[in-house]
Formats: sequence, C-alpha cells, structure tokens
Amino acid sequence: MSMSVTELVEKARAGHRRSLARLISYVENQTPEGAEVLHLLYPHTGHAYTVGVTGAPGTGKSCLVSSLTLHWRQQGYTVGIIAVDPSSPFTGGAVLGDRFRMREISGDDGVFIRSMASRGQLGGLARTTFDVMRIMDAVGFDFVVVETVGAGQNEVAIAKVANTTVLVEAPGLGDDIQAIKAGILEIADVIAVNKADRPGVKNTVRALKAMLELGHRKRVISHHGMIMSQDDGAGTIVDDMWMVPIVETIATEHKGIDALAEAIASHRAYLEESGTQLQLERMRLREELMDRLQTTMLKDLLQNIDSKTLDDVLDQMVSRQLDPESAVMQLLEYR
Amino acid sequence: MDNRKIRVLIAKPGLDGHDRGAKVIARTLRDAGMEVIYTGLRQTPEMIIEAASQEDVDVIGLSILSGAHLALTPRIMELLHEKGMDDVAVIVGGIIPPEDVEKLKAMGVAGVFGPGSDTGEIVRFIQNLEIV
Ligand SMILES: Nc1nc2c(ncn2[C@@H]2O[C@H](COP(=O)(O)OP(=O)(O)OP(=O)(O)O)[C@@H](O)[C@H]2O)c(=O)[nH]1
Ligand SMILES: [Mg+2]
Repeated sequence: MSMSVTELVEKARAGHRRSLARLISYVENQTPEGAEVLHLLYPHTGHAYTVGVTGAPGTGKSCLVSSLTLHWRQQGYTVGIIAVDPSSPFTGGAVLGDRFRMREISGDDGVFIRSMASRGQLGGLARTTFDVMRIMDAVGFDFVVVETVGAGQNEVAIAKVANTTVLVEAPGLGDDIQAIKAGILEIADVIAVNKADRPGVKNTVRALKAMLELGHRKRVISHHGMIMSQDDGAGTIVDDMWMVPIVETIATEHKGIDALAEAIASHRAYLEESGTQLQLERMRLREELMDRLQTTMLKDLLQNIDSKTLDDVLDQMVSRQLDPESAVMQLLEYR
Repeated sequence: MDNRKIRVLIAKPGLDGHDRGAKVIARTLRDAGMEVIYTGLRQTPEMIIEAASQEDVDVIGLSILSGAHLALTPRIMELLHEKGMDDVAVIVGGIIPPEDVEKLKAMGVAGVFGPGSDTGEIVRFIQNLEIV
C-alpha cells in the first residue's frame, strides 16, 4: 500500500479502516510519516470522549471493555479501542491477547480494536499511545477506550491522558487492595468491582468504600485558574469534589454495564459542568509540551557536542574538579 | 527514530478445539522479539482478515489441524486480495499432508510448516520475509 500520507488521512477520515490501521502503524513506529499524520489530524481532535480502563491482571478488563462497547453501540455510538500489553523487557516481543476476549464486538463496523505493546515504556502505556488515541479521535470515534494492565505506576499514566479512568477490581484480591490503596484516590474516577458473581464481592466493595471515605483527592490549582500537577510547586491545594462511584459488574453476563456506563456519563457531566475538563486538558497539554520541549532541546544540544567534549566533562566530574551544575553550565555554552 | 517490530497474527480457523500448538508458536515468536496478536479458536476467514487489517500485521499465521486447510485457505487468500492486503504474508502450520503443500503455495501461501517443523525454522522464515 503505497499511498501518500495526505491520501491515507483523507481515506481514514472517510471511514476506510485499512488506512486508519496504516496511519496508526506510522505513528506507533515513530516514523517521519507519523509526524505528518499527527500534524494533519491534530485540528480534528478533541471530540471523542476518552476512557481508561485499568486494574490488576485478569480482573476482567477486556471483557468489561467489550461489554461496555456493546452498550454504547446499542446507543448508536462508535468506539475505538486500544489494548496495551507489556513488551518483554528481554526480547522486546509481546503476546497481545486482549482482542481474543473482545470477540463479540469484532466484525462490527462501528468498532475498531488495535493492540499495542508497551515497547519498553514504563508506566504501562506505550510512548505513542496518546498519539494513537488522537488518531482515533480525529477519524471520528465517539468513544476512545484504552485498556492497560495496572500495577503501581501504570495506572497513573493512563489517568493522565483519559477523561475518565475506570479502575477494575475483582473479589478475592483482598491482599492486593492494600497494595493499590495508595493509588486509588489519585487515579480512579469510577471503580468497577467485576466478577460480582464470585463470593466476597460485598467485602471488596466495603473495603473500597472505606478507603474512599478517607478523603477527597487533592488537586493543585494555580492562581491563573490552571490546575497544575502536584510537584509543579506554587498553587492552591483544593479538594476534588467528585465522589467516586463503585459499581458491581459481571462482564461475562453483561450485568451492571448500564450502571457502569451511567457512572462514566456522570463523571463526564461533572467534568464539563465544573469546568474541570478544560483545566485538565490544558494541564495535559502543558505537560506534553514540556516533555516534548525537553526531548527536542536535549537532542539539539547534544548534536553540537562531540563525544570527546562530553567525556572530558565527565572526567572532570569523576575527579571532583567540576560539580554537576557547573558541568551543565559549561555544556550549555554549546547551544 | 524508527521502532518497527514484526507484527504477526496467529489465528485458528475451523472447528477443532486444540490451540496448544498455536500458543507455542505465539510464545516462540514473542521470544524472537515479534509482536504477536493471538486471536484464539474458531475464527472465520472474515474475522481473521478484519483483525489482520486493523492490527496492520506483516504476517498471518494459520494453525489448522482439522484437515480443512484446502477448504479454508482459498477464502482467506481471496479476502486478502479483495482488501488490497496482498503485502501480508500468510503461513500455514498444522497437519498438512505433503501432497497439499504445493497446492497451498499455488494459492499464494508463503510457507507451510508441518507437524515435524522446528519452531526456529518458522522464526527464521518470518525474519527473512521481504517485509515492506
Ligand atoms: N466469573 C466471572 N469471570 C469473568 C468475569 N469477567 C471476566 N471473567 C473471566 O476472567 C478472565 C479474564 O478476563 P479478561 O477480560 O481477559 O481480564 P483482563 O483484566 O483483561 O486480563 P489481562 O488483560 O490479562 O490483564 C476470563 O477467563 C474471563 O472469562 C465476570 O464478571 N465473572
Ligand atoms: Mg485484557
């Protein structure tokens, strides 16, 4: 398929799925074409509602995404799904098995599923996941859902890029609850206790409720009305007034899915009515801008510094003649 | 910065219920650094091609133990052609009588691997494919 990027973008926006698939590959592989794709599509983004689904392995995330998608399809919405699985740190390969659990929605024209390997990125998301979400947004999907395995840091990454983050729990993970406790208030907008057909659901729900009652999560608002991430410093700390709902579901029997969709819709309404949506988007973009600026400036700078210069500076640091900050100042001369 | 990885879809068309072989291949390819999308049992040709299209894979690996390879493969090749996906290589593994190997190749199948095949051979075959 040798077609110009512009042509592919036009076809993808007109609903041609094969072209969409190719655009995603360009971006996922971080090719020059990928940059062009994002340049062309960016003006068309900002319409899809993005949902992150995270939680421990095997809690039923894929089944839940599938069931939720069926629900939205019945209401006439289209759904793009990105299922992220970890790459092996040793070989770089991956077995991506989420699609297998989403059989009941494959073959539907209004659904597009793309499996992604995390490709060595910490935080559970591939470096390009956010950009692939943008592509799906720009070609017109009403919902863009990202499934990612949650274990510690991973949940934070998805919570930063999705409008609503659904944390999936299952009964019988009692001890794990302790482990995720710290993260819960920070990342979950909605909690789904899946496998509610299993014994122990009530205990799990009770434990989660108790944790949520410990308090509202905090956000930091700068004096320009812009929410800043906590470690950015200056700003006023406020309580986020959203009350995290806990919904019991049985994904494999399509039970509790209406309530889950309802909880997501309520969170969406809260974000929109409180003005939080716009603030969050601005914060996300700011963070992305800083990230990209950092990467690009570093790359540019390093192009002007040959390896001998760098080695000399390192030698001086090792022999304690040059402290790290002075070393930075010295290298910045090469700008 | 180009981060290409070989992407392979492993599917089991047909009605037999044994996916052990398919799973072994999926893991072998992963260990060779490939990204493998595993779609599981009882896939129709339409489902396989749709998945291969959305996932933009380089290779489709079909595991067929039921003896239905001559019935299933032509439809898959035909759909690939219809969708403009002739650049996707198809390999077939499973219980394939020697006399059918040439028939499959005549349909456009790139490689056929019978029960005795060594998994390393499959890895090398995929790595040597001219992947655009
Ligand atoms: N009893 C019961 N089993 C379920 C339910 N939901 C999912 N399962 C089963 O749980 C297993 C895992 O489901 P998945 O949807 O693959 O779970 P996952 O969280 O996506 O798993 P990973 O992506 O591997 O982390 C499957 O065998 C499902 O059939 C449920 O509500 N009740
Ligand atoms: Mg899953």
